[in-house]
Amino acid sequence: MGEKVLIDGNEAIGRGAIQAGCKYFFGYPITPQNEIPEFMSRELPQIGGVFVQTESETASVYMVYGGALAGARVMTSTSSCGFSLMQEGISYIAEAEMPAVIVNVMRMGPGIGTGGQHGQTDYRQVTKGGGHGAYRCIVLASYSPQECFDHMQLAFHLADKYRILVLVLSDFIIGRMAEPVELRTLSFDEPLPQKDWALTGKAKKGGMRRFYVSGLIMSPPAYHQHMIEKYQTIVDSEIRYETYRDEDAELLLVSYGSSAKMAKGAVDRARAEGAKVGLFRPITLWPFPEEAVRGAAYRVGKVLVVEDSPGELVEDVKFAVQGRVPVHLLGIWGRYTPRGFMAAGSGIIYPEKILQEMRSLL
Amino acid sequence: MKGEAAKEKIYGTPKLRVPIPFSMFCPGCHYGIIVRLLCEVIEELGIEGRAIGLAGVGCSFGPFTMLIDVDFTACPHGRAPAMGTAIKRIHPEAIVFTVQGDGDLGAIGLGCFMNTLLRGEKLTTIFLNNACYGTTGGQMAPTTPWGMRTTTTPKGRDPSTTGFPLHAAELTATMKGVAYSARCSVHTAANFQRAKKAVKMAFQKQMDGIGYGFVEFLSACPPNWGMTPVDCLKFLSERMIAEYPLGEFKNANAIELPGEWM
Repeated sequence: MGEKVLIDGNEAIGRGAIQAGCKYFFGYPITPQNEIPEFMSRELPQIGGVFVQTESETASVYMVYGGALAGARVMTSTSSCGFSLMQEGISYIAEAEMPAVIVNVMRMGPGIGTGGQHGQTDYRQVTKGGGHGAYRCIVLASYSPQECFDHMQLAFHLADKYRILVLVLSDFIIGRMAEPVELRTLSFDEPLPQKDWALTGKAKKGGMRRFYVSGLIMSPPAYHQHMIEKYQTIVDSEIRYETYRDEDAELLLVSYGSSAKMAKGAVDRARAEGAKVGLFRPITLWPFPEEAVRGAAYRVGKVLVVEDSPGELVEDVKFAVQGRVPVHLLGIWGRYTPRGFMAAGSGIIYPEKILQEMRSLL
Repeated sequence: MKGEAAKEKIYGTPKLRVPIPFSMFCPGCHYGIIVRLLCEVIEELGIEGRAIGLAGVGCSFGPFTMLIDVDFTACPHGRAPAMGTAIKRIHPEAIVFTVQGDGDLGAIGLGCFMNTLLRGEKLTTIFLNNACYGTTGGQMAPTTPWGMRTTTTPKGRDPSTTGFPLHAAELTATMKGVAYSARCSVHTAANFQRAKKAVKMAFQKQMDGIGYGFVEFLSACPPNWGMTPVDCLKFLSERMIAEYPLGEFKNANAIELPGEWM
């Protein structure tokens, strides 16, 4: 057992990264993830690391690219609008197959997004890419501060294992919500490849230089064939999800991030009333647990997707079940919205609302 | 004594020039000369084991990356200073330099470049000013002189609609964190020697941990200027140098830091 501390999801991201051996952070302030760069600016210099406050998310992502090329464990964090600004660099990192981690603490979008409210409206962008060129990134969706802490360690491990960019997806509520977090060290029982490709100066590599000119090494079909095979290996080996009380369920909730936390609470309350409901929570959004969702949905027979968005996760769920099972959606219209002056401060789909929706479907 | 023993090698291909048997540049382009100059400087400073180069998008992208035998990466358009920042912060003992064209550094990457200077990074930048977008086909660059015809200024660059040329070396010299800034040319042998001294100095400032080193090169682009290589030399020495005077704009042995500040 590691030490337990009461911290929010954002601090858990920072602590998890340091636990994973990340000593270099490049970031630009944006709500609601500011606790991450603030934490890193305080902690990293004490362990011989470097914190750089950049002039934009564009600079952040290219410093991450440069840092990954230098062979170090590097990261940045941002929120929706800033994540959009990073898309070009993400595409370049994907092309060069550089291992790095980017955290997106989602807020409401599109655009500046109603003043930095909670939201889960980046699902399509993080899972399908927002940059050009048919690349993939591993996406880990955290639903609690503990998972934020653990996912940072997993993210750096997977990044180095596959030489790939890993996105850790959090949101306003997870980022700003405190829970007891056990500061445990995850061990991954597999060797990681040497970073003999890193730019360190050739003297450190026995006089052997490394140089990178994208697009000139392989033919486009050969390059994409290599990437297709690599992505397939990840699909075959790295899918992660959690199922909760779904054994005898007659309705299956599918949800991720903070909405999954609410959905879990709703499942417990429904079960207490005798309703047979369960939860399927994808943890890797890419690779998406398509077969597992399909299996669970066919067994249960009815699906309700809960996400704080106009409906994005629901597309992957519908694709998985291939029209054979009804798929309902409780989306952004299910959020608690007080009337009047404070209406702009709305956000979060409460368990009561999910419970109400489940009753109408059972 | 005559014969083999009397011959002394006084000039040849630099050791760091990768033996690709062609320059990779158009006839009359000065970039091949600048590649040679960089090879000589890195070799003479003895930093080839810890030099890491970053090339911008444009004619520097592939050729500089491939032709100089040190660790090197080509970078996305305008982002070499950001990537170089990370590499230098992670490997402070490395000598990190960027090679960027005028579109790369002066247009799409100007913000990235200026912010890198503002942060006081200890990098070296070789800025290639050929007054146009070379690889892309001769469009107007931030450095295109007034009146010069390009494919996007078919009647000549008109300041009333396209503004004024960028003077990067002078601008760079105004920044606190910069230790060295100069503008050079390689259109004569004497200028080559001056340029070599300047580039050495720009690397030395980084090696001594003083601050940013910046060298701008005026360079010909015969196909896009629509001139013969010889006419390009004339245009460069008359028109380009009139707009962009050669010389040192800053050479600081130390950058003063504020004393008590908290």
